[in-house]
Amino acid sequence: MPKPLVTILGKAVKKAAALRGGGSALPGLVVEHIYPDFISNTLADLPLGVVVISGTNGKTTTTKMVVELLESQGLKVFTNRTGSNFTRGIAAALLGDINIKGELHADIAVLELDEAHAVHFVKKIIPRFSLLLNVMRDQLDRFGEIDHTTNLLRHVADATTDIVVLNREDRRIASIAKSLDDKKVRFYGLDESLLSLFPSDDDLHGNNTKIKASQTADVVLSKFSGSSATFIIDGKSVSTKLKLTGIYNVFNAAAALSLVRAIIGDKIDQTKLIEALAKVTPAFGRGEMIKVNGKPLELVLVKNPSGFRLGLKSFDSAGYATMIAINDNYADGRDMSWLWDVDFTSLVSDGVEQVSGVRAYDMALRLQYDEVKINDVDTDLKSALDKFISKYSERPMRVYCTYTAMLAIRKSLSKIAKVEVVK
Amino acid sequence: MSGKTITILNLYSNDMNIYGDRGNVLCLQKRLKWYGYEPRIIEYNQGDKFPNDVDIIVGGGGQDSGQSKIKADLIKIGPKLIKLADDNVSMLMICGLYQLFGKFFKTSEGEIIEGIGLLDIETFGKSERLIGNIVTSSELFGDIIGYENHSGQTFLGHKVQAFGRVRIGAGNNTSDISEGAIYKNVIGSYMHGSLLPKNPAVADYLIEQATKRKFGEFKVKGLDNTYTEMARKIAAKRPR
Repeated sequence: MPKPLVTILGKAVKKAAALRGGGSALPGLVVEHIYPDFISNTLADLPLGVVVISGTNGKTTTTKMVVELLESQGLKVFTNRTGSNFTRGIAAALLGDINIKGELHADIAVLELDEAHAVHFVKKIIPRFSLLLNVMRDQLDRFGEIDHTTNLLRHVADATTDIVVLNREDRRIASIAKSLDDKKVRFYGLDESLLSLFPSDDDLHGNNTKIKASQTADVVLSKFSGSSATFIIDGKSVSTKLKLTGIYNVFNAAAALSLVRAIIGDKIDQTKLIEALAKVTPAFGRGEMIKVNGKPLELVLVKNPSGFRLGLKSFDSAGYATMIAINDNYADGRDMSWLWDVDFTSLVSDGVEQVSGVRAYDMALRLQYDEVKINDVDTDLKSALDKFISKYSERPMRVYCTYTAMLAIRKSLSKIAKVEVVK
Repeated sequence: MSGKTITILNLYSNDMNIYGDRGNVLCLQKRLKWYGYEPRIIEYNQGDKFPNDVDIIVGGGGQDSGQSKIKADLIKIGPKLIKLADDNVSMLMICGLYQLFGKFFKTSEGEIIEGIGLLDIETFGKSERLIGNIVTSSELFGDIIGYENHSGQTFLGHKVQAFGRVRIGAGNNTSDISEGAIYKNVIGSYMHGSLLPKNPAVADYLIEQATKRKFGEFKVKGLDNTYTEMARKIAAKRPR
């Protein structure tokens, strides 16, 4: 089938899928089936090529940052914005952005890919740049062990032609540099004073001797306080206010800065770059703030133990009403044992007002063993949310939720309350 | 009852701790405290001095890299562990350490990794990974509920009994219905979850054996099991 016809068909399926109110990946699936080279052929001609962002945690917000920072430099960027980070999601996103002849008007593509899919993707489409964020225990029932995941990311780094940006403070990610040409590697990192805020899976089990990194980093996050941060960029200190919350989002800003510097090179306009960074808001469900009946409610997506630990460290529970919603659908991971790799003692002083989700009682049991007081457990998300909002909205509210719980909560919220997304 | 110390040894806490196995140590620690004992946790890692006074030993699963790091040390302390087991010390070994407490692990490439032979079991690496929610039952513990994730298949010898009989899931292997193994007060199992918080009967068994051995008595105190019972009920109904 010629490409324009594939495009028309794909666009039609995309419309039909949207009418059904359903999944962003379906139209991509259809196109991928009848025209397997659709993505590579469409992306091949972009003047600045393809950028791949991968790692366990923070992909979505970091990709959003990189896109906005590149746009501040005057580039037109194609990205898989919907958070559907499988190859299929990219095909679907392409269908939305190309014209009827199948041409994509963009300078560069910035794509978020999970580790397993990134490996297959780079076999077909060679990235010019890649950014590897971290390797932490995610859904091991899907990817196997974290050493295996590191190897997946090593393939992505090997396939990258120009520059690979690596997290200096993640020992598995940093080790990828060893097999790469020095000229191809850039690091981003943390000031020593902030290292303790990033417990890794290894630290949790007693290996908490942090080794001072020896490599020089292109961008270092040196200070962080509530709504402002200081970065050392190429040796010079730059401070800015931020709309991003949570230290892990701010550390990912260092990653985004380093990647964008690598892409743009000497021509970079740093003033515009920092201005754009100050305006970036968190991605959907990644510490985003919404208002429910005029009261602030923060949604924090938790997918794995390291992400949950970082969330608890980043957001102080004092003064907040806290709800936790844990589902175990396929997209969340069926295995509940990850909850035992998270330390919940930071919630002891304020307690947890509401626990919900299919596995609410697994969560409650976990909290019981950390001696955290619980007010109510209700597996039904809608009724739990009702109770939480009506009883506790005199305080700012925070909801930690797994992926499918977050989708359900967003849906319920829009039905039971007036919701506005705070920019 | 203060001053009644029970020492839990967390075996290879740095390298054998995957899939929330740390919850088993936390569960024993908190239940002992709630029962009025003084729990003391010792972390043992390769090269450390093996402590003299131990009441309960807990070990978990690891990645291949973790297993290769601890292998030699485990063989070294093997005779001590066997002596403690024969002296009725309570032990719980999950997944990777369950396998290495056995006679050997034969990889799918044919390589033989020697175990300490404390448990009369043999394990064979397979390409198929056995993953999912699992429910077994036993006369001693009732229903045992957890999550399995392993590619090694284990076969029991005559000197051990099965820990449970599989009702939902795979268990030790794809050929029989056994899950885990028991020898004296040593329990080996593939069940994560973590195992003990969701199965307090097993936790209390290990505690009871340890306190009886040390103090000659175990005073049960009713704990609030509401969340446990609900979590068990729901977990048993979830898709594999």
